[in-house]
Amino acid sequence: MEVGQMQRQWLDYTRSLFLEGFLDAQFMQLQQLQDENNPDFVVEVVSLFFQDSERLLKDLTFALDQNAVDFKKVDAHVHQLKGSSSSIGAQRVKNACIDFRNFCEEQNIDACLRCLQQVKEEYCLVKNKLETLFRLEQQIVAVGGSIPLVEPTQMSF
Amino acid sequence: MGIASEAPFHVLAVDDSLIDRMLIERLLKTSSFHVTAVDSGSKALKLLGLIEDEQRNEEPPSISLEAHQDIEVNLIITDYCMPEMTGYDLLRKIKESRSLKDIPVVIMSSENVPSRINRCLENGADEFFLKPVQLSDVNKLRPHLLKSKVKDEEHRKINNKTRELTEIHSPR
Repeated sequence: MEVGQMQRQWLDYTRSLFLEGFLDAQFMQLQQLQDENNPDFVVEVVSLFFQDSERLLKDLTFALDQNAVDFKKVDAHVHQLKGSSSSIGAQRVKNACIDFRNFCEEQNIDACLRCLQQVKEEYCLVKNKLETLFRLEQQIVAVGGSIPLVEPTQMSF
Repeated sequence: MGIASEAPFHVLAVDDSLIDRMLIERLLKTSSFHVTAVDSGSKALKLLGLIEDEQRNEEPPSISLEAHQDIEVNLIITDYCMPEMTGYDLLRKIKESRSLKDIPVVIMSSENVPSRINRCLENGADEFFLKPVQLSDVNKLRPHLLKSKVKDEEHRKINNKTRELTEIHSPR
């Protein structure tokens, strides 16, 4: 596949991620902050997000597994996850966290467990998508091409 | 009146989230600010030279009012929700300090709570940004920095003039 084709493939894939709501405008902000002096900025921040999320999801699983659930603690974890997903533009994870926090307030354990499941699913989905995106980027760079600049107009929303 | 272009403005960023620290640092550096990022209010106060006196238990805790600023900070941008010391607590401590109260302070929060926003602004915060912070937000910082720079310049001029007059009128 030649560079032009790869770049188009990257653009199409990126566009689909925005259209399907996996990513929002904040992700574009991250891409805009990346430049020749900070070429790995997006990958670095997203990798941190993966690490952070995995830790938080583990903590949440543990906290909800207790006989006496500490909803304050659960809410604190979800608040953190909501913050970091919002910061990188992982929209569906963020929205799942918002629902989750509502049920924490109600101290509804069953609903919280369902929310946790939902958050885990959304996290897995966006993780796979982003890893695919980064792989496409690596392929482009490997053949000497450059990653297209993302304009909001191209994302048709 | 030309302000000679010198070192970039130094911003102290405070946020307990590593991801958000990375983000704010990149945003600020892209806008040509020099940045120091710390993960807590107490670390920020240490850096600013304002250390709480925890030793005294009999009296209410006092804060050393004489901050010996080893580093010059032109603006402080802090997250609101942090464990131990919130951004609001940090704001209050800075504004209560004789030596630090003129440093502009900006608060960031992921939650849009009008009462929280108002309280911060009423207590001396210059801006309140909703997270995630954008480049357009960071562009709003410069006027606050230039305003305090002009204030510093004027203080310096007044001090120099006072010194001059004192020397003339009280020869050794």
